[in-house]
Amino acid sequence: MDASSLSPVLDPILARWGRTPDRLLQVLREAQDATGWLSPELLAATARSLGLPLAHVRGVASFYSFLALEPAGEYRVLLSDGVTDRMDGSLELGERLCRRLWAEPDHTAGDGLVSVRRTSCTGLCDQGPAALVNGIAIPRLDGRVVDAIADLILARRPLDTWPVDLFSIPTNVRREDVLLRHGLSPGVAIAAALARNGAAPAGMIAELRASGLRGRGGAGYPTGNKWASCEAAPGESRYIVCNADEGEPGTFKDRVLLAREADLVFEGMTLAGHAVGATRGLLYLRGEYRYLLDSLEATLARRRAAGLLGATAGGGPAFDVEIHVGAGAYICGEETALLESLEGKRGIPRNRPPYPVTHGYLGRPTVVDNVETLCAAALIAVHGAVAWRRLGTTQSSGTKLLSVAGDCTRRGVYEFPFGVTVREVLEAAGADDPIAVQVGGPSGTLIDCAEFERHLSFEDLPTGGAFTVFGRGRDLFEVARQHVHFFAHESCGFCTPCRVGTSMLASVMDKIHDGHGSRHELAELDRLTSVLGNGAHCGLGHTAMNPVRDTITRFAPSYERRLASADFAPAFDLDAALAPARRMTGRDDPASHLGDAS
Amino acid sequence: MLDGAPVPFEPGQTVLQAALAADRYIPHLCYHPEFRPHGSCKLCTASVGGRLVATCTTPAEAGLVVDSETPQLRDVRRTLVQMLFAEGNHFCPSCEKSGNCQLQAQGSDLGVTTAGFRHLYPDRPIDASHPDAWIDFNRCVLCELCVRASDEVDGKHVFALAGRGLTKHLIVNAPSNRLGDTTFAASDEAMQVCPVGAILPKRVGFAVPIGSRRYDQRPVSAQALDDAPRPAGRSP
Ligand SMILES: Cc1cc2nc3c(=O)[nH]c(=O)nc-3n(C[C@H](O)[C@H](O)[C@H](O)COP(=O)(O)O)c2cc1C
Ligand code: SF4
Ligand code: SF4
Ligand code: FES
Repeated sequence: MDASSLSPVLDPILARWGRTPDRLLQVLREAQDATGWLSPELLAATARSLGLPLAHVRGVASFYSFLALEPAGEYRVLLSDGVTDRMDGSLELGERLCRRLWAEPDHTAGDGLVSVRRTSCTGLCDQGPAALVNGIAIPRLDGRVVDAIADLILARRPLDTWPVDLFSIPTNVRREDVLLRHGLSPGVAIAAALARNGAAPAGMIAELRASGLRGRGGAGYPTGNKWASCEAAPGESRYIVCNADEGEPGTFKDRVLLAREADLVFEGMTLAGHAVGATRGLLYLRGEYRYLLDSLEATLARRRAAGLLGATAGGGPAFDVEIHVGAGAYICGEETALLESLEGKRGIPRNRPPYPVTHGYLGRPTVVDNVETLCAAALIAVHGAVAWRRLGTTQSSGTKLLSVAGDCTRRGVYEFPFGVTVREVLEAAGADDPIAVQVGGPSGTLIDCAEFERHLSFEDLPTGGAFTVFGRGRDLFEVARQHVHFFAHESCGFCTPCRVGTSMLASVMDKIHDGHGSRHELAELDRLTSVLGNGAHCGLGHTAMNPVRDTITRFAPSYERRLASADFAPAFDLDAALAPARRMTGRDDPASHLGDAS
Repeated sequence: MLDGAPVPFEPGQTVLQAALAADRYIPHLCYHPEFRPHGSCKLCTASVGGRLVATCTTPAEAGLVVDSETPQLRDVRRTLVQMLFAEGNHFCPSCEKSGNCQLQAQGSDLGVTTAGFRHLYPDRPIDASHPDAWIDFNRCVLCELCVRASDEVDGKHVFALAGRGLTKHLIVNAPSNRLGDTTFAASDEAMQVCPVGAILPKRVGFAVPIGSRRYDQRPVSAQALDDAPRPAGRSP
């Protein structure tokens, strides 16, 4: 393709997004949607149009795993490779699909017809195994669905003529509390917040502080303080960013909020804008949720028509929202990497300070909040801090949405007040014989059955929402190994400890898996723990060791079995070798010692 | 306070800058006095107020307690240097930068004798397309100094990073991705800043014999203090 034949593709995209460098990622994403891949000519034309060096454009394009720099086929199948997808048989189904398509994994086959690759957890764990075809999600794969997909591809049927039920994604809400039962009509929360702002100088923010609301994205920072800092920061313009990147494997509750409660999300963004003095909002939607874009845009259009967005949003100051879509990078859920990505760059976490509340999007004061946090803020605007505090615990007020998946009969989204015990959730979800639960995904904590009385709360077991159940017979070593591969794949590569360390971690776990583990590998795990925990630049590196830490201490036999098969020096004391790992979790109970069944 | 002794600082200085200006050494690799701190190599990690952070990007403040020369931190730094050695292909005896190389010098300061990890042996070709300079990607430690120099000083945007995670690598600004097809010149600042032997001038081979080079004469800790910018009138 020469440059002139590209302008019919690029011109409308550039007209829609504008010719500024901060639109680069969105332009590349849409250009790929139109042409199937990003050819060198397309990259060069994009660089010229946005006034960017070609190397910069290539640098950005090569960062995001959904952007293809080589022809990837008319049909691009990405199989979700989460832990629960594999538990549901995704590997076998992937092989079946490849056989039917005469395709080899990771290669483009059939004269450019199709490619089949794997991708990190797509957030459909309650209805996996899942796949993305040309970016659109298909849940509940089984032999029949896989064969149907293969037939449709071989017949070259355009994606928009495929049977719609292939794409149907129910929300699977299993337990509702105040948030999921809110019953608020559009505009009510904005009006309530405006009334609070009218009554006292710092009305809405003061209410939020009094409510004790803490961020639902995982870190649990007090939301009222965040909004107050942003409001107080000097700057001519401010921004509200909704973090809808939901990349933590096993988490899907934001997807359900975006699908079912989009009005409430935008309501929260709007009243946040009014509270801090921002007129623009940006919602960063993870690429895997691309299928939600049209309905979200429709909701925005409806809200604009109803006067809930625009020059006088819901009767208050101006506010409007723009949606950016990600392109396959877990790290872009980290708030500063997300800001970089919103600015069209590689998603590299920034140095802090300064923090987003003073120097955020385009260097302006910015609030970055999780989807659920914004919904909760809207609820607090209406019902007030006292009502919110009535639910939950002292340090963790209100309710929490949980994404329950894995070995249980009723997978889906559960809203529980904070303080609920693990056992209560397991019972509600119909988990018959659980041996472990991963709370908060691989970067969270994996606990065993001795700990099922623990509470979900910032005081005890904090969680961004993932709740993955492992039943008897599951091999927790394999779970950990898969997760360290996830971290190695998703490391942004900025800092030495994580770029090199996560890959080394993955290769050490592979070595143990292959039966070649020895004292040397355990010593390496120890060194990697120290350098990742102490040296990494952001949370990804800091937590990359968690799956190994938790399984080696709680499920030591699954390591021992593999290590024992290697040619160990007889004098070698594995239990002693695990001592450092025990130290790092502060555990020394019997279950963390070898020889005890756990 | 750095390792128990008070260190003065000026507003806007980071902990590392204040330390170097006061003639106190903290190991570092991706920091260069002429450029905005980057914070990627993490060699300058120290305990600041009880938290381990990169000192090159942490603002200096009154009353901060910084501990740098602790056994734990030397361990972390040694591991980081080993990781960098293992990540690339560094055959020091045949490298022209040997003796002028900051990675090698850090390694010898920290007592690194082996990579300590299995080498990853990446397959990285060499770019010799430019008449006056060549790039050996095997030795690149991804510090982005050349990127920053070309962007900020030379105004040419010759270099950029591509890929992510372990596949991250340096690229140049030409459709062919060859240095010879860019606007790069041997007089560019980007030519001077590379701390290792990745960007080298051609035809200079071994002008200064190994043994009398920069870090052969003085350890990197002493050199870095000589090079640190100081307020007028204050000498090390
Ligand atoms: C590696 C990494 C990934 C993250 N991913 C997400 C995410 O997908 N969604 C999210 O809301 N927060 C994520 N966070 C947390 C954000 O950095 C940030 O704390 C959050 O968006 C703040 O919003 P909140 O206060 O409402 O929780 C992530 C953090 C890290 C370190
Ligand atoms: S810790 Fe990992 S993800 Fe975070 S900045 Fe470093 S390389 Fe990137
Ligand atoms: S070529 Fe040299 S200056 Fe450039 S990133 Fe690599 S090591 Fe740093
Ligand atoms: S010198 Fe501070 S991170 Fe490299």
